[in-house]
Amino acid sequence: MTKQLIFIIVLLITLGVFSYTISRLVRYFRYTKPAFPIRNIGARVKETFRVAFGQTKILRWPFVGLIHALVFWGFIVITIGSLEMVIDGVAGTERILGVLGPFYDVIIGAGDIFAMIVLIGVVIFLGRRLFLNIGRFKGIELKKESKYDANIALTLIFLLMVSLLGMNIGYIEMHGGAEQQFTGVYPISEWLAPMITGNMDQSAIHQLHEVNWWAHILLIFIFANVLPYSKHFHVFTSVPNVFLSRLEPLGYLPNMDNVTKEVKLMMNPEQDMEQEAEEEQSARFGVLDAEDSSWKNYLDALACTECGRCTAVCPANITGKKLSPRKIVTDLRARMKEKGPGLRKEGLDYSDGRSLIRDFISEEELWACTTCNACAQECPININHPTLILDMRRYLAMEEAAAPAEINTMFTNIENNGAPWQYSPEDRMNWAEEIYMNA
Amino acid sequence: MANLHAEGKKPEYLFWVGCAGAYDDRYKKVTQAFVKILAHLGTDYAVLGTEETCNGDPARRAGNEMLYQMQALQVIETLSNYEVKKIITCCPHCFNIFKNEYPDLGGHYEVMHHSQFLRKMFDEGKLNIDSNVFEDKTITFHDPCYLGRGNNEYESPREVIARVRAKNVEMARNKSFGLCCGAGGAQMFKEAEPGNKEVYTERTEEALETGANIVATACPFCMTMLTDGLKYKEKEEEVKNFDIAEIIARGLGL
Repeated sequence: MTKQLIFIIVLLITLGVFSYTISRLVRYFRYTKPAFPIRNIGARVKETFRVAFGQTKILRWPFVGLIHALVFWGFIVITIGSLEMVIDGVAGTERILGVLGPFYDVIIGAGDIFAMIVLIGVVIFLGRRLFLNIGRFKGIELKKESKYDANIALTLIFLLMVSLLGMNIGYIEMHGGAEQQFTGVYPISEWLAPMITGNMDQSAIHQLHEVNWWAHILLIFIFANVLPYSKHFHVFTSVPNVFLSRLEPLGYLPNMDNVTKEVKLMMNPEQDMEQEAEEEQSARFGVLDAEDSSWKNYLDALACTECGRCTAVCPANITGKKLSPRKIVTDLRARMKEKGPGLRKEGLDYSDGRSLIRDFISEEELWACTTCNACAQECPININHPTLILDMRRYLAMEEAAAPAEINTMFTNIENNGAPWQYSPEDRMNWAEEIYMNA
Repeated sequence: MANLHAEGKKPEYLFWVGCAGAYDDRYKKVTQAFVKILAHLGTDYAVLGTEETCNGDPARRAGNEMLYQMQALQVIETLSNYEVKKIITCCPHCFNIFKNEYPDLGGHYEVMHHSQFLRKMFDEGKLNIDSNVFEDKTITFHDPCYLGRGNNEYESPREVIARVRAKNVEMARNKSFGLCCGAGGAQMFKEAEPGNKEVYTERTEEALETGANIVATACPFCMTMLTDGLKYKEKEEEVKNFDIAEIIARGLGL
């Protein structure tokens, strides 16, 4: 009974802290702009199965991709066991989902095997981070914290798996013996058990189980509350982020309807101008600061795991330019964290004299993008970097006329002679005459 | 187009030449090669001629949405005057903007990149290549971003190239992994930001590593960049850069 009470108190604290953290992050969504309506649920479910559960994009890097996929699938299976632990903890039962019979055997057996696979996986991940010199894990946007961040998360996962196996071993040994009266199947733990519990008596085995049970569930609680403060928040955000992906081809850039209104007004001035003028007051063209970005940009930023696959394939970054798509995304997250509290207090008029462009992202970075979409193609959770970069260019080009001089020349050429180069429209058919000349 | 329209004719296709196709000395040759194929096929098509104007893509990719939309609405008006329903273009950037972005402004067309059109003609048996001019050649194809990743079209250009029966090789980074030529997103019209290498050099080196003697492209900007890259690497004698339309035109003996 005391055990139950302690468990319930710990559970409530965990849920309380967790919802507090999440609400702090989520409340900033109200300062973001609309992106697109969430329609086409069928296609979204399909995309979620393909990209999130199928892990198809992370598998584009086959070796680490496979390990990640195994860890991910392992997590899903093991989470069912964790839910059972919560029920057991509250109700004072033991392995209550055992009533599910064969289904339980499959889930728990798979969880037991996956515990070992995940364990090996995170050891490989830790080894890569600690001992190998991998380009992706470096970059100006990666501060010391994000490295500790990764290592702390991986260590936690390691301990989670050790305690899970410890708990399973304790459990089968408690109920084992000749009768084998335990619920579920435990291929790995049964294999490990003799090595671990060889000369333990029943009370030691009992203790082993208790310690590991508590260690495992407490680690889950700690892990869940550490995640939102780290890049490993993606454990929660990546699946929703994939579900809420933009579904158009990568080449598509969303239309700016406020510009369409203005352009139509220019072409057709007799339209009712009064009502238009009213609506347009607050709107700024493009993105200057965090609150100009869309909810999808911000969700992307919360979901980013800083894996750096985007930056690793970016042609600008590969050739030594300042642009790093990963930095664009993490900068938005950092800027919202910085400005969000002020926005909450004083509303959208709040200014701290800083902005996302310039104080976080330089113009040089923005103009280095070729919009080739390699970053968006690579992102394992469908983050779309180019639309955000383009929205910042839109701000620079339209609100500040701050495009590079050669780009401004190109604009002028299009305005004056209908081509990005300075050629006369009269010469558009010269190629045809040249055919006859050559013939 | 104006002439045919005046006669009351409605050509099946509009061939959108594009600014590079009309003005760029190198790319004009691609335009010429492609219209020779169209003539060979007897395709019912027309061009806008001097009525064509920039569809706004470079302005849009450089952030000037205002200028883009002014151009786009103007183009949409011209196209609707001539009741254009199907567009073919050699430029993946024009292809992308017509196909994906004009619908938001009310311009709905069936848009084909010339690689898709040529593939269709081969598949329907309207085009056949018997000559062996490419038999001793090795071709590597560079994926244009706005055709490949932008619109998931990797196979059509490859299918078309396969018809000339050359040896085909792939670069290390190809299809969805393909490396940009460096000219997209309005980079074509400005110097690159400071770095330690030009993107087109990186890509050209990769193309040269394949040992191919023809680098095939299907985009005017890619062509400019890779041709420059070959010159920079002093390989322009041994390795040639052709558009897929030029390869097919030569294969057809046009």
